[in-house]
Order: sequence, then C-alpha cells, then structure tokens
Amino acid sequence: MGSEVMEQELKDLKVELSKHGIFTTTLEEVYNWGRKNSVWPLTFGLACCAIEMIATSMARYDIARFGAEVFRPSPRQADLMIVAGTVTKKMAPQVVRLYNQMPEPKYVIAMGACAISGGPFRDGYNVLKGIDRYIPVDVHIPGCPPRPEALLHAFITLQKKIDAQQLRGAGRARHLKAETPSEYPVPDFGSHDLEPTHNDEVFPPRPESPFKVLP
Amino acid sequence: MSSPSIDPVGVDVSAEAIRAALVKGVPGCEATVVENGSPSAQHSLLLDHEHAVEAATFLRDHAEFRLDFCSNVTGVDWPDKEVTEKVKVTKVVDGPDGPKEQQVEETRKTLIPGYLETVYHLFSMEKKHGPVILRLRTANRGEGNHLPSLTPVWRSAEFQEREAFDLFGIVFDGHPDLRRILMWEDFTDHPMRKDYVPPEEDEPVMDDGCAPGSSAEQGAAGQ
Repeated sequence: MGSEVMEQELKDLKVELSKHGIFTTTLEEVYNWGRKNSVWPLTFGLACCAIEMIATSMARYDIARFGAEVFRPSPRQADLMIVAGTVTKKMAPQVVRLYNQMPEPKYVIAMGACAISGGPFRDGYNVLKGIDRYIPVDVHIPGCPPRPEALLHAFITLQKKIDAQQLRGAGRARHLKAETPSEYPVPDFGSHDLEPTHNDEVFPPRPESPFKVLP
Repeated sequence: MSSPSIDPVGVDVSAEAIRAALVKGVPGCEATVVENGSPSAQHSLLLDHEHAVEAATFLRDHAEFRLDFCSNVTGVDWPDKEVTEKVKVTKVVDGPDGPKEQQVEETRKTLIPGYLETVYHLFSMEKKHGPVILRLRTANRGEGNHLPSLTPVWRSAEFQEREAFDLFGIVFDGHPDLRRILMWEDFTDHPMRKDYVPPEEDEPVMDDGCAPGSSAEQGAAGQ
C-alpha cells in the first residue's frame, strides 16, 4: 500500500517538474518506450488476412506511423509474429518452429477468426482450432478478415502491453523470467491428428461454462 | 447459343455419340451412359477398367473429338445403402374356410453395396467443345479401391488423382507418383469419405444448451 502511495507521489512530482521544464524519467520507461515504437513483425502470411496485413503496411493505413513498418523475412530479426490467416494442421508445426526461432522478447498477434479459433473451418479435418493451442498469444483480433484499423488497434493494444511491462520484481515481463520457456514443443504429425493436440502449458483446460442449463 | 454438347463446326460430343464411337473404335470397350436427370442433362460415360486408358487415348487422339484437355478430376463416395421396397406376394393363408391364397404386402430390404467413383471432365482446346464426362467406379469401398490412372493420357490429371487418392482413398494403378498431396504422409484417414469422423479433441466444450445435440436438447427430447 505504502509503495503505491509513493509511486503516485512520484508521478505527481514528475508532472509538477515537467511544468517547470524539467524532464525526469525511469530506465524502465525509456526502455519500454524504445521497444514499443520499433516492433518489427515477421514477414509471414497464411491466408486472406495477410492481404489486410499488407494493406495495413502500405501508404493508406501506414503501420510505419507506429514504428512497425520493417517486416523482417527472418525470424531471427523479428519481434512480432502476426499469425495472419488459417493455420492448417500441416502448417502448424512450421508456425511453432518459426516462433521458437524468434529471439526474446517476442510477441504474437493472432489475426482473424481462423488464427484465433479455426473460424469457419473449425469443424473441418485439416484446420487448427486456434494457434493459441501451441504458442502464447498476446492479442487476439476477431474478424473475417479484420480490417486494417482492427490490426492497428491490436498493434496499439500490444504497444500498451509492452509499455506496461515491468523489468524487475515478481510482476516482470515473461521474457525476463528464467523459468518460463521461450521455446515450445513442435507438434508431430500423427496418424489422425497432430500430436499432442494442444500444449497444456499455454492452453490450459478451460473452467466450466458460466452458462447454466435450466432444468 | 447452341447446345453445349455440339460445337460450332457441328461435331456431336453427346455421351451417346461418344459411346457409339468408343464401342466402334476400341474393341471390347464397355461404355455405359449414366443419365443425368437434372435440367443440365450432362450425361456421362461409365468406362470399364480394362479399356479405360485405351478409350481415353482414343478420345484424346480422335480426329473429330480431340479431347486434349482434362480440366477436372474429382472423387465421389457412394456408401452402402439399404433400399426398402414393398412387394406384393401371394401367400397361402389359413382362413375360417380353410387355406386360401391371398395377396400380402411384404417389405424387402436390399443392400446396395457402395463404391468409390472418379469423374473426369474433358474439353477440346482445338475444337472448342466439351465437356465430355467420364466416370470410373471401383469394385467396392474396401480392398477393391483400385482404378486405372488416366495421368499417362492427360498429365493434368496427376495432382487431382493424387487428391482423390488422399481424400477418398482411391488407388490409381499406373500413376507415376501416387502420394498424398494435401494431408501429411503419416495420415491414415480419408477425410472426404462419408463415414469419416474427425478426431475427438479432449477439450471441454461450451455447452449452453443452444447447440444441436447438446445435453439440454437431448434432455428435452427424452421428455
């Protein structure tokens, strides 16, 4: 409780000082400010959502305004994976492998109905029912496909998330905790389905439905 | 516009005309016309396995037909089906005045065994006519799932026959490279078959009673 009061006091002091032309900051703020304004996405599209992603990167919607115009063709140089489109079961291991090859800190946006849930292909035999079964997803965007504004909104949401990440303490960001993995197991092709069908670590069993069936 | 089966020059490429030419040109070929009852009336030709490749080559190289382009190969699954029909049978029935012949209605059930089928749509680039539709049927849906491949005749059939092999489990004898094309190599099912059941996933499903087959609906049906 005490530290919260102190934090608020510090913030007030900061604002007060800025009114007098004195700029103060913290290492965490500068560090996150730098990170959130140069998130480089991986050049990577799976279906029609990728067309919207491309539109977002072009002049009309211009994701360069948010510092994310540098699409990198190599996962080694990318910070953000935008899973844009249908993830088929045949493609899923490759998507997980690409995620594993990205350096930390790394983020994932699951773009569109297919990437978040399987979308219209959910009841089919060949489409993964959401990429969050294998890798941790930071922002989900619904839509089929989502408009470029929706992707920009997701991106700004991610920027806010990055901005709020702590560098120290128990609540520090995922990539700063030694015990959390930065690579996740790549699923195998089984005789009927992918094996395993999901990773319990990132896709834990859901709690029971809040909707009750009336007698 | 003229009828789709007659090209501007006037070559009749109707299923009946093709059948007549096949029976004449390919000795021993058994071609049957499969009627299409819909308004499009695109009748097709069912070929026998032994003469299928020969008949296909004949149609491709025929001076008038010149069916040089196989645009589409598709698979169809016809599962086993049971047909019930009511038949009137004369039977001897014991009546008050002794045994007597009487007309009795009986229901008979006949099992029509299923099969797998491939359908080829042929056109002629040179003569600008088509489609001519060929069908091939397997003996059954189990071990007898073999068909002759028409890839040696039309190269464009290669990937589509692979697709039919992948999704329906039809084995094309004579295909140069018969591998799965969409699903992975170790996959054992044939998802486009009518009796395919997708794998169960051990995941609790939201059950708010609205979906068909949900617990609430089943309960209501029980009452």
